[in-house]
Amino acid sequence: MATTTPTTTGGADRARPATAGRPRGARPRARSRRRWGTTALAVAIVAVLLFPLYWMVNASLQPSAALLSIPPRWFPEDPTLDGYRAAVDTQGRHLLISLFVACGNVVLTLAVAAPLAWALARFRLRVGPVLLFALLIVQMVPGIVMANSLFALFNTVGLLNNTIGLMLAHSTLSVPFAAILLRAFMQDLPREITEAAAIDGAGQWRTFRSVVLPMSRNAVITAGLFAFLFSWADFLFAITMTTRDAITPVTVGIYRFIGANTTDWNAVMASAVLASIPAAVLLVLAQRYIAAGITGGAVKD
Amino acid sequence: MSTALTPAPAPAPAAGPPAAGRAGRRADLARLGFYLPATLYLLVFFGYPIVTSVVMSFQDYTVNSFYTGDAPWNGLANYAEVFRDELFGATLWHTAVFTAASLAFQFAIGLALAVFFRRHFPLGGVLRALLLLPWLLPLIVSGTVFRWLLDQDYGVVNNVLTGLNLISEPVPWLVSTDTALIAVIITNIWIGIPFNMVILYGGLQSIPDTLYEAAALDGAGPWQRFRHITWPLLRPVTAVVLMLGLIYTVKAFDVVIVLTQGGPADSTQLLSTWSYELSFTDLHFGQGAAVGNVLIAIAMLFAVVYLRSTRRAEAEQDAR
Repeated sequence: MATTTPTTTGGADRARPATAGRPRGARPRARSRRRWGTTALAVAIVAVLLFPLYWMVNASLQPSAALLSIPPRWFPEDPTLDGYRAAVDTQGRHLLISLFVACGNVVLTLAVAAPLAWALARFRLRVGPVLLFALLIVQMVPGIVMANSLFALFNTVGLLNNTIGLMLAHSTLSVPFAAILLRAFMQDLPREITEAAAIDGAGQWRTFRSVVLPMSRNAVITAGLFAFLFSWADFLFAITMTTRDAITPVTVGIYRFIGANTTDWNAVMASAVLASIPAAVLLVLAQRYIAAGITGGAVKD
Repeated sequence: MSTALTPAPAPAPAAGPPAAGRAGRRADLARLGFYLPATLYLLVFFGYPIVTSVVMSFQDYTVNSFYTGDAPWNGLANYAEVFRDELFGATLWHTAVFTAASLAFQFAIGLALAVFFRRHFPLGGVLRALLLLPWLLPLIVSGTVFRWLLDQDYGVVNNVLTGLNLISEPVPWLVSTDTALIAVIITNIWIGIPFNMVILYGGLQSIPDTLYEAAALDGAGPWQRFRHITWPLLRPVTAVVLMLGLIYTVKAFDVVIVLTQGGPADSTQLLSTWSYELSFTDLHFGQGAAVGNVLIAIAMLFAVVYLRSTRRAEAEQDAR
């Protein structure tokens, strides 16, 4: 067959010779229609499941008073950015704190987890199995226990109400996750390449920095993304370890905001939208890494 | 390595390439540099907190203790106090119901979506990716949004339900002791669907298409194909998803705090939120630690089951 595109235009007269390997029976046009039918169904499913997010955006764009109308307005009929103005005024600082802490956590997490991951992947350590087991187990320690104890520890060393303290606390969420994820990836790097680097005279660290890390770029990005998201989304450590407004991350900022403004829902929703932006951006930019990360971090190989 | 090529008795199984003398020692030091910092990190940031939590639970730890460093030992008094509290049974029950209901629905809906998205159709990948959003959002955001959706007077949920004549008057979702736990569970189900879907979808990808083609040739319908191919071959992944879900859900905290703060009248108090309240509201840190330790024990119990089941799955895979 000359043309390879099973177009939907033209004769529906006879079954075209289907492309090899396809199940017989369905004509291209019927099959195409059915495929688009599936898409329509999928769009409907996604719309229902993501409706809460639409509702958040919708509410964020309406004047406060309109939100108290019954029945609710399904679209922002006279949209206003007042909510966003109020959100930036009250939460702007908290957003910056969160950004700073999350970025710090990414650096800290990768610095601790990446060398460990390589050691676990390649050095035949006697302590290796113990370390790996510890990494798996500590992910299951309830956050409230960690918060309780770290509060006591940070109180002693003066890290309460401190962004460095928050980074350290958040790293307990991301270090085990990142180490397991990176180890799984680094294990599959071809031995020949790192051995060649060693023969060329590169030391352990040189090999790690110039060969292993660049080759693990995707896994490092994934681990970094998750470290960012874990930190950005953290609420428990933030609420237990910060009492001063000046170093409060946005999650706690919103929480206190709801407590104080149960009527000002458009500003609350606008804050929620702003706090969702990193997740949305990362989803668009790094979708494949994220799916891989969820799977890789959860199912150990 | 440029120097020291003299063969030396390699120090047994731990060593990699044979190395000796000063260079060997330097190499060992470099290797140590890879895992020693992380090991110290694990000891300080996990070892210490877990030990502290256990020690604290045997002490009368109050606000003063933080300043004086002085916390008298009180043996099992914290545990006795906690177990005697009628909230213990209640929070245990809420935690069990919350976990079981969340898991059942997250898994069922996640599996249905995974099976659905296995089909090839235009925009399938994009739409599947969009469904990840609820999982990536900060829980505080999801909680806040659901608080607004479930508002008794202005919430869209009540509005739609009354519009469809499913209910005659607005349900006080978050402020009634009868419905608050249900509302919290619904929110948590919504949050957990993507995680289940993604991992189950990954599991489905590893089932070869040829099996389905062969089954289709033999005249198996969709349900039969699901029962006899998908379900059995997905079992190892199912075990992993359910166990991880169990471990994560047992310690859930943010959702409840944002939606109900454990109320009304403690009707949504879970072990995790109760532990938080004991420590940070009532300032009975010893009792908070005691409840936290009960939670650790439960999580660890499931963790052991999880690790054993993945090991078995690995062994099965190796055997194949």
